[in-house]
Amino acid sequence: MKRSYLLYFLIFLIGIIFIARLFQIQVIRGADIDPVQSAAVKIKFDYPERGYVYDRNGKLLVANQLSYDVMIVPNEVKELDTLEFCSLLKIDKDDFIRRYKKAVKYAPWLAQVFLKQLAKEDFAFLQEKLHKFEGFFIQKRVIRDYPIKSAANILGYISEVNEETAKKDEYYQQGELIGKSGIEVQYEKYLRGQKGKKHFHRNRLNKIIGSYKEGMYDSLPINGEDITLTIDSELQQYGEYLMQGKRGGIVAIEPSTGEILALITAPSYDPNKMVGRVRAKNSISLFNDTIHKPMFDRGLKATYSPGSPFKLVNALIGLQEGVINTNTPFYCYNGYRYGSRTHEFMKCHCGIYGNPIRLNTAISKSCNSYFSNTYKRIIEKNNNPSEGMDNWSNHVKSFGLGNYLGYDLPEGDKGLIPDGKYYDKSYEFRWNASTNISNAIGQGEVITTPIQLANVTAAIANRGYFYTPHIVKKINNQAIQDTMYTVARKTTIDKEHFAPVIEGMHYVFKSGTASWTNIKGIDIVGKTGTVENFIRVNGKKMQLKDHSILVAFAPKENPKIAFAVFIEHGGFGSTIAAPITSLMIEKYLTGKIQKNRKWIEERMLETDLYHIYNQQILKPETLEAGTK
Amino acid sequence: MRQERNNIFLGVDWVLVLLYVLLIGFGWVNIYAASFTEESSTIFDFSTKYGKQLLWIVLSIPMIIFILFINGKFYERFSSIFYLVSLVSLVGLFIFGKEINGAKSWYNFGGMSLQPSEFAKAFTALALAKLLSDRKYNLNLIKNQIKAFIVIFTPALLIAIHDAGSAIVYLSFFFVLNREGLTLIYFVLGISAIVLFLLTILFGVKVLIISLLSIISIYVLYNAYRNQRFLRFNWIKILVTYLISTAFIFGVDYTYNNVLQQHQRDRFEVLLGKTSDTKNIGYNSNQSIKTISSGGFKGKGFLQGDRTQGKFVPEQHTDYIFSTVGEEWGFIGTSIVIILFIMLLFRIISRAEKHNNKFGRIYGYGVASVLFLHLIINVGMVIGLLPTVGIPLPFFSYGGSSLWGFTLLLFVFIKLDAHKSYDW
Repeated sequence: MKRSYLLYFLIFLIGIIFIARLFQIQVIRGADIDPVQSAAVKIKFDYPERGYVYDRNGKLLVANQLSYDVMIVPNEVKELDTLEFCSLLKIDKDDFIRRYKKAVKYAPWLAQVFLKQLAKEDFAFLQEKLHKFEGFFIQKRVIRDYPIKSAANILGYISEVNEETAKKDEYYQQGELIGKSGIEVQYEKYLRGQKGKKHFHRNRLNKIIGSYKEGMYDSLPINGEDITLTIDSELQQYGEYLMQGKRGGIVAIEPSTGEILALITAPSYDPNKMVGRVRAKNSISLFNDTIHKPMFDRGLKATYSPGSPFKLVNALIGLQEGVINTNTPFYCYNGYRYGSRTHEFMKCHCGIYGNPIRLNTAISKSCNSYFSNTYKRIIEKNNNPSEGMDNWSNHVKSFGLGNYLGYDLPEGDKGLIPDGKYYDKSYEFRWNASTNISNAIGQGEVITTPIQLANVTAAIANRGYFYTPHIVKKINNQAIQDTMYTVARKTTIDKEHFAPVIEGMHYVFKSGTASWTNIKGIDIVGKTGTVENFIRVNGKKMQLKDHSILVAFAPKENPKIAFAVFIEHGGFGSTIAAPITSLMIEKYLTGKIQKNRKWIEERMLETDLYHIYNQQILKPETLEAGTK
Repeated sequence: MRQERNNIFLGVDWVLVLLYVLLIGFGWVNIYAASFTEESSTIFDFSTKYGKQLLWIVLSIPMIIFILFINGKFYERFSSIFYLVSLVSLVGLFIFGKEINGAKSWYNFGGMSLQPSEFAKAFTALALAKLLSDRKYNLNLIKNQIKAFIVIFTPALLIAIHDAGSAIVYLSFFFVLNREGLTLIYFVLGISAIVLFLLTILFGVKVLIISLLSIISIYVLYNAYRNQRFLRFNWIKILVTYLISTAFIFGVDYTYNNVLQQHQRDRFEVLLGKTSDTKNIGYNSNQSIKTISSGGFKGKGFLQGDRTQGKFVPEQHTDYIFSTVGEEWGFIGTSIVIILFIMLLFRIISRAEKHNNKFGRIYGYGVASVLFLHLIINVGMVIGLLPTVGIPLPFFSYGGSSLWGFTLLLFVFIKLDAHKSYDW
């Protein structure tokens, strides 16, 4: 009798195993299976219209247009008059055979694109005769249309979703369009709307055998939401116009809201180039231009040393920390000696030799010695330089520097604001303020992007706070609610310290280096700068022509617009950056350029720096020779 | 006696009959769902799969009556002849066999195909029972063990030539031998061989040899430590264990790579998760699991299984019929079917154990074992626990031969069982 227990036991065991396994696959796994995700259900999509994009004044920036794809189901293709078909599609026979073979190879039973985005005229002819060509049909598609050939870096573009995304995100099927850059990707979820779905029941041979559950799961498409940008398209276009022949970035922000009024990068491209049939070809040439990088948004991503405008931040920190006041005098002897060795000397071009320099003058004359002294005092205020450095770093970071600002565009760079730890690491604790004295004048380790600098300017214009810069004003005509953009962020500097600094900045345009670009009736407040920059050629460090830089806001009271302008290798800040800023301010605040200032505009349009850029790229050898 | 002769149902175990009817009936419902199309109308449409199956179910009734009508002793007395006839019919396949799905295991009688291997199981069980029930028979003798192996493996080999999967079922007779006193060593060796086989495929020769040898070594050292008997091992035993296991692993590797065919290798690799192709080799298994899974707890309802109706699982009415149960009747349906099978098997064993007569007991054991192995292999495959082996689910799968084969197998036992109460 005992021996029979084995079989009883095994039967019982197998029963338990089977039921446990069935529980696992049916109850545990089965519970989260969506019925329409089954292979037995074929889903056909109804595509909604993508949302439109407007500028702050309601001007249409992005619209839609129809395009027609010729589709093929290779299995259903019957004998056809190839010659006629080719002439209708405007392709040659070899092309036809190549495309046909490709489709057959991919999947003979699947509908797939045979010829993309047919011209409207060709479509009309083809449609009449299409019944003759079995296995081919037309699929309507909505593609983008850009009435204004500008702001490509902001608007971005859409293209077919890539394989990875299609796999990861359930919403997308291969071949569908998705935002790839700019607001198209940032606000994809709003712009795209919701696809409508129709479910069909099919068997394993992919044959449709009727509607699935009488359309129980079907849905209608919901059109995308329209978006209103904070951009002023007039200003944007004007800025791009002025930037022709130059490389660089301009960011203009409305200080009272953080709204980005213009975000210019040069060189740029016509957004219509990234639409439809021409996109593939154009995107290759645009992305492959690694010299001028038209796809690189310099306003958001270019990292430069901030140069002289950074002195403003140091001045504010000095005042806040109490290491200087408006009357603290420093002396300049054509430069500042920060060490005993001969090369440990920072030159200065303020031209005030041996006389006391106070804050106001220091800013308007951009005295390096003054800010080096100030910086030294800030760092040495605490017991050890590391603590002083941390304290300084925290002040600087409160302006939104050294990190992503949090704006609503998908690209950017953190920049760099060093702290005590940073130097402890690289100098093994053997350092002091003199080691990184270049930070005083915005050269050393400090790295910023134009939008960060524009934001600093907005914070100064607001006397101590700023709103996170953002590009979208309204979604579906509803003002954005995100507290990220509606709540002010405070800097660590008290309000009263801003007045003397702004006063100093005022002199720059009133009587200082940029005074020739001053506009009658508008008080521009700003700070120019030139940034030394170097490249390495064959392992040797080489100095290139300085970057031209400027930050400014206007008017002085109740500022309406704050700027950061960066011109690559533009020389002195006052020669190119200042006039461009001044012209844009005039355009924005008054709507036009006064006659007596037209010459400035013309001069800017004529300024072409490409001979400098080309020289650098084409002949690094001559450059090398020149520096010897 | 005469009265009893007239009442062929006397002593019949109605519980077994009821379980049989339930399984056949529910099986047919699922075959109906799996082969249903919109065009077909009545259930008596014999051009359809479910129509044919219904016909075979109906035709099995006279067969059952015939089986019950014959005196139980007849089966014992003529078991050798039945066995020989079935061997002849298997050999005859080489000459007269008709090829279906690549296997030459069918006879064709004017439009109707019969698969002799389905009947051979019952006759082998009878022959084995006859052999083992002999009073002079003692399973401890190697000579007798070999006799039993010959009875079991002759039909198995003849079947294996056409259809290796169906031959595996004959291994189930080891349960019978074990019950009748065969030493468990065969069993243990068999199980370890299977486990070693799978592990070798999964981890490769090197890893397995190293780990196996180290396990044996650790065991030996541990024993030495426990018994404080260093250096005084049974060296021969240890050496033989090392050698045999190493040789076996190399043998498996060789067989797997050189003897098995690619499609058989693929089945193992999919099962062991070494490849995850869901399009080609893993398609059936993957579709089957998805189909069962989609049924959830309650199932989608009769004829509501969209994957079944969409014909996603190949061979769903035959080998994969259990996936239809899974989709349309859910976890409730599948577990009820499993429980019904367990009840059937338990009932057969418990009835068999009550036989005073050895023949009836051994045959009953054979019936339970054959059904059990079919259940393990078929359901195990459908729910993705075992590699793909194409054998039917008893009473469920579509097919006249298998239906009659299993009916014959079961009802001969029911007859023997009924007989024991009045005739021995």
